[in-house]
Amino acid sequence: MTAVAQETSPTTVPPIATSTATSDGPNRENEAIERALIDGSTRGPVLTFFATALLWLLLSSLLGLIASIKLHSPGFLSDFAWLTYGRVYPAYITAFTYGWCSLVGMGVAVWLMARLCRVSVRIPSLYIVGAALWNIGLLLGVVSILAGQGRPVEGMELTSESTWMMFAGFVLIGLGGVVLYRFRRQTVAYVSVWYLLGAFFWFPWVFATANVLISVSELRGVMQSVVGAWYVQSLNLWWFTSLGLAAAYFFIPKVIRRPVYSYNLASIGFWSFAFLSGLTGMVRLSGGPLPAWLVTLSISASIMMLVPIACVTANLIITMKGQYNMVYHSPTIRFVFFGAIAFSIESVLAVFSSLRSFDRIVHFTQFTSAQEQTLLYAFFTMVMFGGMYYITPRLVGCEWLSSSMISVHFWGSAYGSIFLISLMMFAGLAQGLSFIDPEANFSQILQVGQLYFPGRTLALLLISGAHVVFALHFLLMLLRIGQPGGEPTLFAPLGSEKH
Amino acid sequence: MSRSTHLIVGLFGSFAVSCFALVLAPQAQLGALQPRFTEEDGKISDVYPIDQSGIALQGRRIYAREGCVYCHTQQVRDTQIGLDVARGWGARRTVARDYLFDTPPFLGSTRLGPDLSNVGATTWRNETVGGTAPVKRDARWHLLHLYDPTALVGETNHPPYRYLFSERKISGQRSVDALNLAGKSAPAAGYEVVPTPEAVALVGYLLSLDRNADLPEAKSLPAAGVSAAQPAPAAQPAAPQ
Repeated sequence: MTAVAQETSPTTVPPIATSTATSDGPNRENEAIERALIDGSTRGPVLTFFATALLWLLLSSLLGLIASIKLHSPGFLSDFAWLTYGRVYPAYITAFTYGWCSLVGMGVAVWLMARLCRVSVRIPSLYIVGAALWNIGLLLGVVSILAGQGRPVEGMELTSESTWMMFAGFVLIGLGGVVLYRFRRQTVAYVSVWYLLGAFFWFPWVFATANVLISVSELRGVMQSVVGAWYVQSLNLWWFTSLGLAAAYFFIPKVIRRPVYSYNLASIGFWSFAFLSGLTGMVRLSGGPLPAWLVTLSISASIMMLVPIACVTANLIITMKGQYNMVYHSPTIRFVFFGAIAFSIESVLAVFSSLRSFDRIVHFTQFTSAQEQTLLYAFFTMVMFGGMYYITPRLVGCEWLSSSMISVHFWGSAYGSIFLISLMMFAGLAQGLSFIDPEANFSQILQVGQLYFPGRTLALLLISGAHVVFALHFLLMLLRIGQPGGEPTLFAPLGSEKH
Repeated sequence: MSRSTHLIVGLFGSFAVSCFALVLAPQAQLGALQPRFTEEDGKISDVYPIDQSGIALQGRRIYAREGCVYCHTQQVRDTQIGLDVARGWGARRTVARDYLFDTPPFLGSTRLGPDLSNVGATTWRNETVGGTAPVKRDARWHLLHLYDPTALVGETNHPPYRYLFSERKISGQRSVDALNLAGKSAPAAGYEVVPTPEAVALVGYLLSLDRNADLPEAKSLPAAGVSAAQPAPAAQPAAPQ
């Protein structure tokens, strides 16, 4: 089999799959040429998204490290007002979610959309200008947060000026996405396209609604917290999770060359996800000064989220069945499969921690921040890394230089995040159990954190190291320093395995 | 209708349902909240809550700017959920009406430090009943705590906010506002540490925080042993064991 023939798309929907099954040599070659043309048309935009996303990843790793060190050594850099914990921490979260997660997500989304709709990007400058606006707006926003000018609503710290600039950028990018879909040459939309359309529809609505409500209208008192919680949860599920699942639904079937197990299951999963996600937000304010029905509604929706979780997990696991050995060979599969597992674990945890009996223990502890890490790092970020390993060679024309650098990146990120998350979950549980123990002294409970915070810094160091390795590797790719194109860089050759 | 139309309608529907249930419906309920007016002899004698003004409002901006909310919550939870009342953070749970004029309310989501909903109340403690008596946390205490937390509460990861203070040479008499510092945080001889207006405002805000007033939907809990009206336990004669 040639490298070209290996690319026969198993992700296309059944009607197309049957037509390709009967197709002969020249047809396949034509398809390969078409794909190469489409990939080529996305080069400028997608590489812009990837490169700027990686810069944000490095910056957020640095800010995260500073914030983490301050938790166990409060004297560290404490004379610099710009770097006080209450500013560095939101700057870190903002840089990570809007800089890294959103930009890499949009990069992967644009590439996937072009591939799955089988159309070339017509106006690449649309995306590049959009990405530039997003980046400049975000940079202004992060600097404002460090300067103490951020909006004091948790999760919505970006100033209104920067949100409008980013929104304008997104409109251009989203417009490009709509154009791709409108002129699609693939009649039946693949599962990933549903999630991509969802993400590109929900994000601007949620982003605009929440920002208008907070900065323009005069919402009083706790309604501002309600809108903040609704916004953060919607972003986590409708934006990041949708983008992550779109990628997972594409790369897993693609690399192992097998169609996704069940379309019906995927459809049930998608629609239950779409309607239930939007109702779960208030679990973030569980126990807070809100009408009880509001939190109860969100808890019920969270429990029902078991339906989409089960559908997605079953579908991806059954698709992978018998092909698990691919995680030893393909970097893409290893990262994406790690992310898919993390998605299932985090979603089930989210269901349990929404229950009042469990929430009363872990609310306000590091457990919730560990869950956020599982969603945005162990799931989303790992899937996006996998996507970048697949996409970048097709844009720059050469393969990744070194499989050991990929290996270092994977193990740094995987061990680092597992260590970080389990440590913080353990710390959260231990502290939460002491919080509800009448015998425990509050100041002493807080001191228990000192046992865990240094470990957190260590884990972040490991993760940051992995990011530096990956960024270097990506830089080499941009400079076209890599292995000759054709055969993907694998951890181990495929030949020795049975097929 | 084509498949795409179904998809778009479905997506819009999911957004509309979410927006209605979690934004519009609570706004319909919470947007109608009014302060509690107490009338005596046909005249209004008390209003709760009232809008913040003056130094408390300035301090609120410093509280927001320094991101205090990332470690300190301002919400006292019900006794069935947590020990917030028993620890002395408030006489009752807080409810939506307590935050009527807070734009935005600093509810917080993580407790890396104690809850500050009522830190300005004289009954504010940080321990469960039977623990230590309330320390007198006046402006002087808070200023010193902001400058050098370890001097007052021992080992802590509370950051020192020295940039809210200025060190200056004593000219003539020592300022009455100068902090009484000892040990390694003390300034060199002939120098003094005085709070900037920002530090004073921040402390003014903290001391203004008191949400213990009774509301029909949330009354102070006598079971907790502490309420705004009663003197602090320390002032009472020691109970027999």
